[in-house]
Amino acid sequence: MSAAILLDVRDVCKQFPGVRALDGVELQVAAQEVHALLGENGAGKSTLLKILSGALRADRGEATLDGIRLEPGQSPRDRQRLGLITIYQEFNLLPFMSIAENLYLGREPTRYGIIDWAALYENARALLADLGLSVDPRREVRHLSVAHQQMVEIGRAVAQKAKLIVMDEPTAALSGREVEILHTVMQGLKTRGVSFIYVTHRLDEVKRVCDGFTVLRDGRYVACGEVRGVEIRDLVRLMVGRDVEFSKRSRTAAPGETVLAVKGISRARESSGRHAIALKDLSVEVKAGEIVGFAGLVGAGRTELARIIFGADRCDDGVLYVNGLEMSPLRSPQEAIRAGMALVPEDRKQQGCFLDQSISQNMTLPSLKRIARWRIFVDEVKERQLVDHYRSALRIKMANSAVAVGTLSGGNQQKVLLARCMALQPKLLIVDEPTRGIDIGSKAEVHQLLFDMARSGIAVIVISSEMPEVLALSDRIIVFREGCISGLLDCRDATESNLMELMAISTAAGAQRVAAV
Amino acid sequence: MTAARRVDVVMWLRRYGTSMFLLALILFFGLENSRFLSIRNVANILTEVSIYGIIAVGMTFVILTAGVDLAVGSLLAFAGMSGAYVMKAIGADYPLSWLVALATATAVGSLVGYLQGKTVTFFSVPPFIVTLGGLTIWRGATLILNDGSPISGFDARYRWWGTGSIAGVPVPIVLFGLIAAAGFVTQRYTRYGRYIYAVGGNPEAARLNGLDVAAIVTSVYLIVGALSGLAGFLLSARLGAAEAVGGIGYELRVIASVVIGGTSLAGGRGGVGGTIVGALLIGVLTNGLVIMHVSSYWQQVVIGLIIVAAVAFDTYAKSHRE
Repeated sequence: MSAAILLDVRDVCKQFPGVRALDGVELQVAAQEVHALLGENGAGKSTLLKILSGALRADRGEATLDGIRLEPGQSPRDRQRLGLITIYQEFNLLPFMSIAENLYLGREPTRYGIIDWAALYENARALLADLGLSVDPRREVRHLSVAHQQMVEIGRAVAQKAKLIVMDEPTAALSGREVEILHTVMQGLKTRGVSFIYVTHRLDEVKRVCDGFTVLRDGRYVACGEVRGVEIRDLVRLMVGRDVEFSKRSRTAAPGETVLAVKGISRARESSGRHAIALKDLSVEVKAGEIVGFAGLVGAGRTELARIIFGADRCDDGVLYVNGLEMSPLRSPQEAIRAGMALVPEDRKQQGCFLDQSISQNMTLPSLKRIARWRIFVDEVKERQLVDHYRSALRIKMANSAVAVGTLSGGNQQKVLLARCMALQPKLLIVDEPTRGIDIGSKAEVHQLLFDMARSGIAVIVISSEMPEVLALSDRIIVFREGCISGLLDCRDATESNLMELMAISTAAGAQRVAAV
Repeated sequence: MTAARRVDVVMWLRRYGTSMFLLALILFFGLENSRFLSIRNVANILTEVSIYGIIAVGMTFVILTAGVDLAVGSLLAFAGMSGAYVMKAIGADYPLSWLVALATATAVGSLVGYLQGKTVTFFSVPPFIVTLGGLTIWRGATLILNDGSPISGFDARYRWWGTGSIAGVPVPIVLFGLIAAAGFVTQRYTRYGRYIYAVGGNPEAARLNGLDVAAIVTSVYLIVGALSGLAGFLLSARLGAAEAVGGIGYELRVIASVVIGGTSLAGGRGGVGGTIVGALLIGVLTNGLVIMHVSSYWQQVVIGLIIVAAVAFDTYAKSHRE
């Protein structure tokens, strides 16, 4: 770290209700440096990035950029003017406008107050050429691939005279070749005086492209240093070396019959649209009474496969067996529920809850058929019994069952969704991110519920981005990477290190490393 | 403390504000003009309200799913004209001719509603566009059907549906009461009602809970279509003629009733109870202003202002929750 310090962050603290998200975090980025910001999910990276970008305000702490103090009240716009630009995973582009318009949005060259289109396109072309990109600046952004859209975001940062570009998991949706191009562009910009903060879970990329690193763990600063001379294994140890926060259960008695088997599920990548990653020949089996963990980074294929199993998305190829009966992949969640499945989806607010509606309406919706009189009228007595039963069984804290679900805490909302699934008396339960955004106490309760359900003979699939959670819950772990299954682990030999290596290192390197271990 | 109390007032107004305003209007018009509260005038107001109120019950279902139907006024005319046309064709002397007309009007309304619903769900065309098309298509079809002329010459049994009464209560009012009650019960106490709110509140979550979202959305357009058809029949019976210009502008009155009644255009919130208040409010206001000799030009301005004010208040109240 010979070069001057560009960004200097000291003693940043941030408290959320019930959670201390950041506690005395430090971060130094030198001029012309690509700096990796590392940590597990929940380590506080996103909070720190939001504080830097001006989207959140820190409770305490100091930061300077190029010697200028970053005042706590500054808006994201103010920070951009100072040269600190953040590129999030969801891009901030206007899809129906051209590349050039996006690059210079709000700063278009004008003549007599009118946009000078010739100059706009000329500037854009020069800028794109600088980035080594040969695309027509008149093209609408929505026609571009994810990788090119990202380049437009970077181009916009350059056009704003960025000193420091913060990138949050920039390679999560890119293919191998696209990642290389991104890295080349970053190296080019570095030589011209731009620094980067690079957040990623892919540690092999850190070795390839980053100069320095900082590791956060549980909202605290753990270590920093130069990437050169550090082994990936050391980084993993720095990231995961923490107190185990969940009690691990002993494995249940021998699992029962196979409830679900999927064979050879494949799906092509769509160049545009929802399916950003291809799934290749995924086969999975789940037995009654066992908990199978789906591990992997976001976009690795775990949620995608779960949604296909549940009939929420389509696939191109593959077979499904439920209780030994062959079925073509299900066409709707309706069929899945009829076949004995239940799903707690990934995004509680967007896909799970009816936030304006009452707790009982939320809890009983898919089970109304069973508590209806003449199949038409909701039997409110039975409904109340059902709600009361799960309310006490799951210890859901609520004033009464008529209040809107949106007023509950995240943990209680999640319990309502679990109760909704339990009321269906499923044979297979799929829980995607069972404890995202809920407090530690509720986490433990949710875990206990999942154990109890498995013990009662339900086959359970748990999808989680949090490794300790996957490790604590699962009898077996299936690891996904880039649309493939990169490994299977039994709970007895799974550790955070070998799990992370399977998740985060490109397949070839991972295989080598696992072989070496 | 004061903040809490203020929220309480806001919430109370949000809940009962429209009803209070309706009562205030009735009081005001009643004191201004003794004729306003005469039995004759009240029956008049209620009969008028009943025709579009019946459609508004169906529209509440549509808007609860975050949709809208702009074609109801035109469909009313088309279905009413179709009923009268078929009745004429088989002869008005046929003893059950009124039944033929009623059945035809309701069937045509249902069919058109179903087609519009299918277009919304199957081709993913926004309901605003589908029914905006329907607004002119069905008006045009009405004109084509009888070359722009009205059909009249109904027998007494036919006219009874618009002008008769049951135990002293005009028939349209009785029907409106029955349909509003059925709508209320459906929304409040049936599985189907719960599904409507679920689809309107969060369609993706509804789908993941195993609901057939497309079928549910289609069904609400069918319901509002059937009720538009029934209203078309009733209006022709009341006026003694099926007219090509019948029900012009009804879509606005119907949507206004639902919205003033507190049903959210974003779907998932509201219900038939509010819609009835909204429909009465518009009826009372229109009639009261006429009795006070306010020009019909000004009536439009007043009704428009009230729609905007009602929604503005609702949004304000929502932002003050918590």
